[in-house]
Amino acid sequence: MIDAPSSRRLDHRLPERFMPTINYDLCRVCRRCVNECSYQALEFKESRVVPSGGCVACGRCIAVCPANCIEVRPVPPQFAPHGNWSERSRRSILAQASSGGVLLSSCGADDTHPPIFDDLLLDAAQVTNPSIDPLREPVETITYLGRRPGRLEVCDGKVIVQEDDTPLIRMDMPLMFGHISLGSISYNAQKALFMAANELRIVAGSGEGGLHPDFYQYADRICSEVASGRFGIKPEYLKGVAAVEIKIGQGAKPGHGGHLPGEKVTTMISETRMIPRGTDALSPYPHHDIYSIEDLAQLVSVLKESTEYRLPVGVKIAAVHNVGAIASGLVRAGADFLTVDGFKGGTGAAPRVIRDHAGLPVEVAIAAVDRRLTQEGLRNRVTVCAGGGVRSSADMIKALALGADVVMVSTSAMIAMGCRVCQQCHRGLCSWGIATQRDDLTSRLDPQVAAARIVRLYRAWNEELKEVMGAMGIDSVESLVGNRDRLRYRGPNPKIAEVMNVKHIGEGWG
Amino acid sequence: MKYVCRPKGHAHDCDCGKDSMSVVGDRAVIDLSLSATQPMHYTTLNCAMRKAMRQGCLSIELKGVMGQRYLASTASVPGLHVAVHGTPGNDLGAFLNGPTIEVFGNAQDMTGNTMNSGRIIVHGNAWDVTGLAARGGQILVKGDTGYRVGIHMKEFGESRPTTVIGGTAKDYLGEYVAGGTILVLGLGGGPPVGRSLGAGMHGGRIFVRGEVSPEQLGPGAALLPLNEDDEREVRRLLGDFIKAFGTEVHQDMNGYVKIAPSSSRPFSGYYDKTNV
Repeated sequence: MIDAPSSRRLDHRLPERFMPTINYDLCRVCRRCVNECSYQALEFKESRVVPSGGCVACGRCIAVCPANCIEVRPVPPQFAPHGNWSERSRRSILAQASSGGVLLSSCGADDTHPPIFDDLLLDAAQVTNPSIDPLREPVETITYLGRRPGRLEVCDGKVIVQEDDTPLIRMDMPLMFGHISLGSISYNAQKALFMAANELRIVAGSGEGGLHPDFYQYADRICSEVASGRFGIKPEYLKGVAAVEIKIGQGAKPGHGGHLPGEKVTTMISETRMIPRGTDALSPYPHHDIYSIEDLAQLVSVLKESTEYRLPVGVKIAAVHNVGAIASGLVRAGADFLTVDGFKGGTGAAPRVIRDHAGLPVEVAIAAVDRRLTQEGLRNRVTVCAGGGVRSSADMIKALALGADVVMVSTSAMIAMGCRVCQQCHRGLCSWGIATQRDDLTSRLDPQVAAARIVRLYRAWNEELKEVMGAMGIDSVESLVGNRDRLRYRGPNPKIAEVMNVKHIGEGWG
Repeated sequence: MKYVCRPKGHAHDCDCGKDSMSVVGDRAVIDLSLSATQPMHYTTLNCAMRKAMRQGCLSIELKGVMGQRYLASTASVPGLHVAVHGTPGNDLGAFLNGPTIEVFGNAQDMTGNTMNSGRIIVHGNAWDVTGLAARGGQILVKGDTGYRVGIHMKEFGESRPTTVIGGTAKDYLGEYVAGGTILVLGLGGGPPVGRSLGAGMHGGRIFVRGEVSPEQLGPGAALLPLNEDDEREVRRLLGDFIKAFGTEVHQDMNGYVKIAPSSSRPFSGYYDKTNV
């Protein structure tokens, strides 16, 4: 081994990234910030609170300070400026040269790839098609999840819907909460999500960590997930819920498995996942019973048999470069709905190299899937859900117009609960009690309060959706889905507009 | 178009099993050769089996099975015995939760996929990914098995899956295993196990009767001698095997090796959590 002890060895300590700064004129020395900082970045020393290093800018101290005297400032660049060797690239190299490890990260990709959502502009109605006032006239946002009837028959003036495999799940808005497992987030955080989904009358994903017995009361609003780890799968997990989804991939880490470190596998997590306490919970990279579309069809079929065709069975994939053809395969394999998770989707832990470099932006993926399924005559049969980096109602509306029936959101719900996107979920120290299993931290999150905040957020988004639909002169969300004529691209690369089949700004309908 | 039964819950009324199923007391017999549609579609057969279960049958005998898939998936009737004559298709007894399935023939791939509890006894061979992600129950195979058998089995509390293979297993036996026990007897001759044995295992144990060289082990697996508890478990499993198949097996514990994880945390230290 080359790495021998040497007196010339230097501790390549990295400079701090954030510095909590305390205004001592205002500080009352109540020490709440010290007690609340789960990263131990503040300490009480010589009768005052001082920073002790390791601040991640989670914002907890700012929120709890009664004197409003804390500011967290990003530390200015400490290395000589260089156009190519960014601060991060050099920090990464220094860290890995010390550890030899694979860099771990969480939340969504935080690099500087500009979101394509920001390059899209919405249309509005003028003169030739009247706009609608959504506060006074009906503008419909009810959305259904599942396989749609293939055709309608009109007989003696009556419309007969041809019955199909599965019932549809009715949701009040074209939104669903993404799959976040118990384990990656706390009991209270998951409870808040389920309570909010119940109140909003939408569907929430269970994540792959099984379902806690307390959460079966929300089961008719839960889509349970069958991932490669097959954690916590029992008959009621399949039969007693609103829908079942097979997880093939996740936008933040396409092609990668899951890994819940042993320290997060508490007694509760081990019971829910049905694994021994304290061992790593590994999800294999692929499902080892799925090496082809034909194999996927078998898992879809066995889930349909197991649920006696009473539930929609979906498949979730990460957005990758060949996503259109894969989506076509999913529908042919029998998926009643499919979920496309984009490049910027969140995660509780993922290797940084995959999170930041692998996959396809969800905007392009939605358009690719919508176009491919339309070309093959399959689009009208399935529900397409899509998410990964949806930050606002504007992003949601653009995703719908690009071709998604349902928009999947997760990080925004976390932020509504308190998350400040400090990207430390993988450390399990979340000071907001969300991405942690430490009792003293999870107790900081009141599920009632968090659920109410989530409900308010998405009700507001739905109102904004109605405002935009009204302004476009559209009275039903189904008329917005895939309506790319109401989008224009104004970004730097017209080729993107071409692959998304969106016209450039300045191009009319004619 | 072939008739495919799409039941929508228990209130469903259909003709499945009308021409092929007879129920006497709590015993149902489904003779697939009597079905008007040939071959009988798996949805029809599964639907008929569910009807028998709902009627309280504790024994279901299937005759003339020809590759019908997903048989008895999620079956949860305690004490139910399903006898399969012929060749069942893939995913036999998937998500099984209590009943016993006995196959008088060969089973295909993914037998006992994600099973919770119950028993699957195969009087023949069972192929790839048998016992995938099982969390409990027992799978007994008289003959040989294919690749990646017992992958990602796990145990929790009292629930501990066991798999006994009378013949041989191919590569990647017990990959990712987080709990439970696999016993390979190699009775038909030939090398009992292949390469990448126990790759990435972080719990559970694999016992092999015969030679295993260190080169056959996957990452994370270690070769160990059997301790007293292990010998007791092997004897217990041998008892189950002999009882199920009536085959005589040599009980000399010197002929067995144990493969166990070298760590329950195979990836600790693999990641760097530095906030870059």
